[in-house]
Amino acid sequence: MSQVARAPIWPMLVRQTSAEFLKLWRVPAFSVTSLLLPVVFYGFIGVGQANQTLGPPTNVKFGAYFLASMAVYAVANVMIFSFGISVATERGMKMDVLMRATPLPPVVYLLSRCITALGFAALTLAVLFPFAYVAGNVRLDASQWFTLGYRVLLGSIPFIALGFAIGYLSGPNSAIAVINLVYLPTAFASGLFFPKQLLPEIIQHASPYLPLYRFGQLGWDAIGAPTTESVTTDWIYLAAYGVVFFAIAAWAYRREESRKFS
Amino acid sequence: MPAAELKDATKSYGSVQALRGVSLTIELGEVVAMLGPNGAGKTTSISLLLGLRKPTTGSARLFGLDPTDLNARSRVGVMLQESGIPQMLKVREIVDLFRSYYPKPMPRDRAIAMAGLEEKASALVKELSGGQRQRLYFALAVCGDPQVLFLDEPTVGMDVEGRRAFIERIAEFAQLGRTVVLTTHYLEEADQLAERVVVIDHGVIIADASPDQIKGQVAGKRIRFTAPGVTEAKLEGLPVTSTSVNGNTVQLLTNNPVAVLKALFERGVAISDIEITGADLEDAFISLTSRHQA
Repeated sequence: MSQVARAPIWPMLVRQTSAEFLKLWRVPAFSVTSLLLPVVFYGFIGVGQANQTLGPPTNVKFGAYFLASMAVYAVANVMIFSFGISVATERGMKMDVLMRATPLPPVVYLLSRCITALGFAALTLAVLFPFAYVAGNVRLDASQWFTLGYRVLLGSIPFIALGFAIGYLSGPNSAIAVINLVYLPTAFASGLFFPKQLLPEIIQHASPYLPLYRFGQLGWDAIGAPTTESVTTDWIYLAAYGVVFFAIAAWAYRREESRKFS
Repeated sequence: MPAAELKDATKSYGSVQALRGVSLTIELGEVVAMLGPNGAGKTTSISLLLGLRKPTTGSARLFGLDPTDLNARSRVGVMLQESGIPQMLKVREIVDLFRSYYPKPMPRDRAIAMAGLEEKASALVKELSGGQRQRLYFALAVCGDPQVLFLDEPTVGMDVEGRRAFIERIAEFAQLGRTVVLTTHYLEEADQLAERVVVIDHGVIIADASPDQIKGQVAGKRIRFTAPGVTEAKLEGLPVTSTSVNGNTVQLLTNNPVAVLKALFERGVAISDIEITGADLEDAFISLTSRHQA
């Protein structure tokens, strides 16, 4: 028998990605929340004191500092929620079973979701940046805007894995609870909402070990705010977290495989 | 090369043995109905053939390949029980999505028309009724223009009219010369569609023949009536395949209800509350499985 033709990969990836995007876009609980919540936070917390400087030794303004915080928050939020909740929900609805029976290569499926999440994350930045520019009067160099944007997108990749792991480890109903329990407190503990100095001492000691803190450092550094360690150290931390999260996600995925498809 | 093949396949889920040695070869162009009650092993058989499950022992092949091979899956369309699809996509979007998985899909509108969903093409999946959703699954199964179509209980939960219309759609696809493998509870579906019926019970194949041959082995009608004081002796020698007496209630399975009733009247059995229904699969199994065990 001659080798059977398979569908070409690229059109498949394009279709799958646009479908994944529409699936998220049409769920206002996700799309509106992820696009608007960072802006709302920025409006409440950032705008009022946007023109105050962080204080010596730097003259970086709070508006810019909090923009970096919210960019990190918004992007990690998209990664964790879009993967965590949708993976858990789709497992709950047994969508994965039908997909498994189609000739869709799993890697195309995974890739399309990553592209979608990154696209959505970029979209949140496209809303947040102009808002901070207008409402928070944030003025950065072109290179700073760019550095903030790409660091925040690149640094979000470990959180894709985290979302994926949560999606495979928690049930469709518990995913939201798990994510909120993990994500919000970690965001606070990492100093994304209040400078770390205002947090309880014990948390201040713990925060350098949090992935979101490291992620935050990358953002703060991008806009010129002082950070405790070098950017390289932050990247290494994030990469290490990425490896761990990917390992957990892969383990959870295999566990599911062996339960459902063996 | 056969389209699909199980060889001495067994499957255990923990301590439950779902399949106890099934060998089945399905050739290209065949229309095969797998018939059996819940838990008989139909879905498990399909899952093995699709590579969704691995046989505990024995083997499963699709076009001579491992069923998880994407080259094999590219030739197969699937409709599964209880599988979800994204709620927030429109019918034509999800049909286009599934079409992109296959090397030579049929035109989108044709797939939608085959499922009778033309008027719902722009509706979101979540807006569809249960029956419409079932038809959408059918559209997704055929949109890749597959050589083999696997349908696991495609008409489950449909009313009689819906089932009839659905069976016609499947027949339409089969007439293109394609292979169709479907599982069903309903004898009449198997009868309408299939050239070959494979009856599965308790994880083994107990019959594999044409619908007519199967029907010959299975009583077509069930007669139920009340007859106070009736004895088994009074019912002996009737043209029935099974007799059961429970208090005053008698239940007979037969292929010739008229002759049975005539004989009963002639014997002067006082009967009331007569009810004649098509024998369902349960009845069929009473006769098939009892013969199998004998």
